[in-house]
Amino acid sequence: MNDKIYKVILFATALIIPTVCGGVIYALVTDAYQAFEHFGFFKFLTSSEWSYTEGAEQYGALPFITGTLMTTLLALIFCIPFSLPVALFVGEYFKGTRIAAILSTVTDLLAGIPSIIYGLWGFYTLRPIIMALNISPQGSGILTASLVLAIMIVPYAASLSAEFIKMVPNDLKEGAYSLGATRAEVIRKVVFPVAGSRIFSSYILAIGRALGETMTVTMLIGNTNSIPESITSTGNSMASIIANQFGEADDLKLSSLIAIGLILFLITAFINLIGKIMIKRARIA
Amino acid sequence: MDKLKIQNRLAKDKAMKLVVCLLAALTAVPLFAILGEVFLRGYDQLSWTFFTEPTPTAYRVMKAIENGEPIPGGIVNGIVGTMIMLAMAVVAVPLGILCGAFLAENSKSRFAKFVSYLTDLLQGTPSVIIGIVVYIWVVVPMKGYSAIAGSVALIIMMLPLIIRSTEETLKILPASLKEAGLALGGNRARVMLKVQLPAAFGGIFTGVLLAISRVIGETAPLMFTALGCSFVRYAIDKPISAVPLLIWEFFNDPNLQELIWGASLFLLLFVLTLNLTAKYFAKKWNQ
Repeated sequence: MNDKIYKVILFATALIIPTVCGGVIYALVTDAYQAFEHFGFFKFLTSSEWSYTEGAEQYGALPFITGTLMTTLLALIFCIPFSLPVALFVGEYFKGTRIAAILSTVTDLLAGIPSIIYGLWGFYTLRPIIMALNISPQGSGILTASLVLAIMIVPYAASLSAEFIKMVPNDLKEGAYSLGATRAEVIRKVVFPVAGSRIFSSYILAIGRALGETMTVTMLIGNTNSIPESITSTGNSMASIIANQFGEADDLKLSSLIAIGLILFLITAFINLIGKIMIKRARIA
Repeated sequence: MDKLKIQNRLAKDKAMKLVVCLLAALTAVPLFAILGEVFLRGYDQLSWTFFTEPTPTAYRVMKAIENGEPIPGGIVNGIVGTMIMLAMAVVAVPLGILCGAFLAENSKSRFAKFVSYLTDLLQGTPSVIIGIVVYIWVVVPMKGYSAIAGSVALIIMMLPLIIRSTEETLKILPASLKEAGLALGGNRARVMLKVQLPAAFGGIFTGVLLAISRVIGETAPLMFTALGCSFVRYAIDKPISAVPLLIWEFFNDPNLQELIWGASLFLLLFVLTLNLTAKYFAKKWNQ
C-alpha cells in the first residue's frame, strides 16, 4: 500500500464524523420543522402548555426547559461540596499516593454505573428517605432527581479538576511555603487562583453531562408536564419527556418532541463548547 | 498575640485537611450503597434458569403469583440481544482507530481540527438524542424497530470514545519510533500498522473496553431503536431486547419487579468488570 492510498483511506474514515454530525443536525431540524412551523419558534419555546386534546393540540417546551435547568443547577450545587474535596484529596493532599489511587478508582467506578441503576437506587432507596423526612409526599421530584444526578456528575467534575490541580507548578507552591504559608493557605492563595478557571471549566463540562442525563431523571422526577413550582415538586426534563412519550407519539407530537431534542442538543453543544474553549484559554504558565 | 495567630492558622489548616478527607471519603458512600443494595437484593435471583430462560409471559407470572411461587423466567433474551448488537457495533473499532490515526497524523491541519471538534460535539451529545436521530435515520425508512437500528446507535456512541483514545495514545508515542520506522524504509501505512498501532495497543484497547462498558448500560437510545422483545431472537431486522431495556421493562411492570435486581446485578457486574479490566490494562501499559 503506498502513501497515497493510505492517506485517502484515513481521510475517508475521518469524513464519517462530519457526516454523522451533519446527519444529526439535518435529521433533527427537518423533523422538528413541523412543530416550529405550527406553533412558531418563540411561541414553542415560551409556551407552558402540553396537552394532546385531539384537534386542539398545544405543545410548548418551557416546562421541560425549566425542569432541565432546575435539575442541572441543583445537581451542580450538590456536587461541588463533594467533588472539590475529592479533587484536592487526589490532586494535592495525597497526590501520587496509593490512597489517592484508590479514591480515583472509586470515582471511576461511580462514573461507570449505568444510569438506569442509579435510577433504581434513587427510586428504591433515596425516595423512601425523602418521603420519611417529609420533604415531599410522593418522594419523587426535582430534588430527588438532582440529588442522584449530583452523585453521577461528581466523578466527571472531580477527575478533571484533580488533573488541573496536579498541574499547578511546584515552585509556586514552594514559594508560598517558604514564606511560611500553611497548606490551607497555599490551596486558597496559590492553587485556586492558578487553577481556578480550569476547575471552573471542569464544572461546565459536568453541567454538559447533567443536561442530557435521561433514565435517572425519568425515573425520579415524577413526570408531570407543568412548570415546577418549587424544588420539591414534580416535573419533567427535556430528556425525560422524550423518554416518556417518544414511543407512542406521532405527527405533531412527535415533531414537538424532536424539537425539544433539537433544543437540548443545541444547549448541550453550547455548554460543551464553552467548557472546551475555557480549558484551552486558561493555560497554566 | 502572634503565637495565638499562628495557632489559629495552624488550626485552620488542620480543620481544612480534616474536612477535605471527610467529604472525599463520603463520596465513596454512594458506590458502596448502590453495590450493596443491588447485591443484597439481587444475588438470590441469580440461578441457572435466570440465564437460560427469557422474560416470563404475563400468564406464567400470574400463575406463579397465584401459587405463591417466585417469579419464573430470566433475562436470556436481553443477554442475546445485547451480544448481537455489540457484535455488530464492533464496526466502530476499526473505523474509530483509523479516524484517530488520521487526527494524530494530521494534527496541524484545519480539517483535522474541525473533525476533532465535531468528535467532542458527538461525545457530548445526550444519548437520548442519538436515539431520536437513529429512529429518524433507520427505524422510519426500515418501517420498524430492529437490532440494526440499536447497533447503529451504539456505534455512534462508541466512535468518539475510540477516536479520542486512539488519537491521544498515538500522540504520546515518541516521535523517534515513527522516524525509525520510516528511516528503515517502511512507508507510512506500514509504519502505522507495524510500529505505531502495536506500540499504542494498550491505550487503544483500554479505550475500546471503556467504550463497550459505556454503551452496554445505555437504555435511552435503545428504547426508540431496538424497542425490546420478550423472547430470544437472532434476526437483526426485527425488534430485539437488551439487558438495560429489560430492567426498564421490569421497573414499569409491577408483576415483574422481582426480576429487576437480578438483571441489575448482572449488568452492574459486567460493566464494572470491564471498567476494572480497562483500568488494569491502562496501568500495565503505562509501566
